[in-house]
Amino acid sequence: MIADEKYIFKPATKQKLFILIGVGLLLFAVGVFMAKNGGHHEGAEKHASQEIAKSLVASTEPTEHAASAVEGGHHGSATWLKRIYTSLWHNNIFFAGIGIIGLFFVAIQYAAQAGWSAPIKRIPLAMGSWIPFAGILMVGLWFLVKGDLFHWTDHSLYDVKNEHYDAILMGKSAYFFWPMHAGSFPLFFVVRMVLFFSLWYLFFTWIKKEMLAEDINGGTNHWFASRKLSAYFLVIFAVSSSVSAWDWVMSIDPHWFSTMFGWYVFASWWVTGLATITLLVANLKGAGYLKVVTQNHIHDLGKFVFAFSIFWTYIWFCQFMLIYYANLPEETVYFIQRMRTAPYSWIFYANIFLNFVLPFLLLMTRDAKRQISMLKVVCPIVIIGHWFDFYNMITPGAMKLEGGVGFLEIGLAMVFAGAFLYVVLNALSKLQLVAKNHPFMQESLNHHI
Amino acid sequence: MDSNKNFVVGIFEDEDVLLHAVEHTREKGLKIHEVYSPFPVHGLDEALGYKRSRLPIAAFLFGMTGTSLALLMQIWMLGYDWPMIIGGKNHASLPPFIPVTFEMTVLLAAFGMVGTFFIASDMKPYKWPRQFDIRSTDDKHVMAIDLATNKMSKEEISALLKSQGASEVNEKNF
Repeated sequence: MIADEKYIFKPATKQKLFILIGVGLLLFAVGVFMAKNGGHHEGAEKHASQEIAKSLVASTEPTEHAASAVEGGHHGSATWLKRIYTSLWHNNIFFAGIGIIGLFFVAIQYAAQAGWSAPIKRIPLAMGSWIPFAGILMVGLWFLVKGDLFHWTDHSLYDVKNEHYDAILMGKSAYFFWPMHAGSFPLFFVVRMVLFFSLWYLFFTWIKKEMLAEDINGGTNHWFASRKLSAYFLVIFAVSSSVSAWDWVMSIDPHWFSTMFGWYVFASWWVTGLATITLLVANLKGAGYLKVVTQNHIHDLGKFVFAFSIFWTYIWFCQFMLIYYANLPEETVYFIQRMRTAPYSWIFYANIFLNFVLPFLLLMTRDAKRQISMLKVVCPIVIIGHWFDFYNMITPGAMKLEGGVGFLEIGLAMVFAGAFLYVVLNALSKLQLVAKNHPFMQESLNHHI
Repeated sequence: MDSNKNFVVGIFEDEDVLLHAVEHTREKGLKIHEVYSPFPVHGLDEALGYKRSRLPIAAFLFGMTGTSLALLMQIWMLGYDWPMIIGGKNHASLPPFIPVTFEMTVLLAAFGMVGTFFIASDMKPYKWPRQFDIRSTDDKHVMAIDLATNKMSKEEISALLKSQGASEVNEKNF
């Protein structure tokens, strides 16, 4: 029924990806050079806004170290090094999310017994191949960046006799350090990180094994086995995605908390992952692959991107609205840092424009969702928009007022994007591009909306 | 009201037969008044050559009306008519208005769509639908052809429908 179809990872494509990585590295080097040597030439304007922000934050910060919390850089690494660390952490969180969403998408399709997605499921599956790389990077990077990004790792905060003693973080210390002493090695935190990536990778290999065995053996047994695995994975992912959002992103601002945060990070990852799947399908189809994919499948992917852009906005607004209305100083400090200070305020507003206004208006009509050319415009907007969304979550907390978006950040994003695409396309070239004996394939071929 | 209309009514047992019959009948140049079926038949809209509904456009316009009405109402009420300080916010600050604006958008879009649909399909109180064959609510597909809009005679049409697999062909006058 389905002809053998394989994606050929051409040397020309590889070359393009190497050029992307190379240009990224070059920009990164230029950015590092500029950050190292040009750091003190900021105009008076930035200085003034820093003063305003400092006073604003000082009036809201619950601890007595408000001024040092804003300035930040007095302890820890030099600004340029901190910027590299922050950017590495930011990009790794972002691309790790896209990889995990690949697996999550496949699991959702099985759990919902969806038929329409049968011919495209190999693309999100290939995206899952990034999970082990992201996991190794995440654990390695954590030990590299913890002193500069994660304020709570400072052991003097947990010493009552020390002038830096922080009662709030002492109260949260079990969440990081259990069963060790507060201020020693954060065993619980690191175990969670390793455990989540191991579980995700295990479920990825199990589900992949079933999907590939189905190509050879046929029948419905592999489908049922995949559905069972997917159901278990979804339960685990429900917990682990939330906890990882608190651990890896929210704990950068350790005093602050939001009960929406797990959902917020998930929503951002999910819509980015959907846009990536759609973009890959659109480009593969443009290159002559995936002949069984029709405009109706493209329409469904477009609906996904459209709907979950709105879902993300809904979560964004829920978080913002509650904090805005309650007006509690320890909560509003998060938004004051992001909305009112020079390096970040444009990103805060661009975030809403790129991730809500543009996809909402551009994908509203049925015809727009069915046009590959339109999706090729909207999906990159959504992906770049959510890169800025994660920037907005991570950098202001880690860099205080010293952050910025320059060659350094853009270069690293290009390196990560190139590496991610290389791993994904390489994995894709080793699979059957379209499942051969998928029980729902006939339904999907006749899919019509 | 359009009274004294004569219809030829073909009864079909099977939706595949019906689909082919619709295609062939239209190829022969016949205009089909309407097809009634007990359940949605996939592809029937395309076979009948129906254009896509313009209801979404109406929905968008009604939704926009709701958005602007809600914003105007709140900005006027809380900003000008009776300014109040709530939680230390500005009189007319946008974020607290968003939930009401969203609800008004959905409400007007929904009501507007229902109203537009009723008007467009001529549904109103005390207007009873023409029942070409009561069995179209049970197990038969019914194809109605208006004699006035077609040049073919009654006999030609019945013969054509029979040849396309109609189990019976009746006449119906309103």
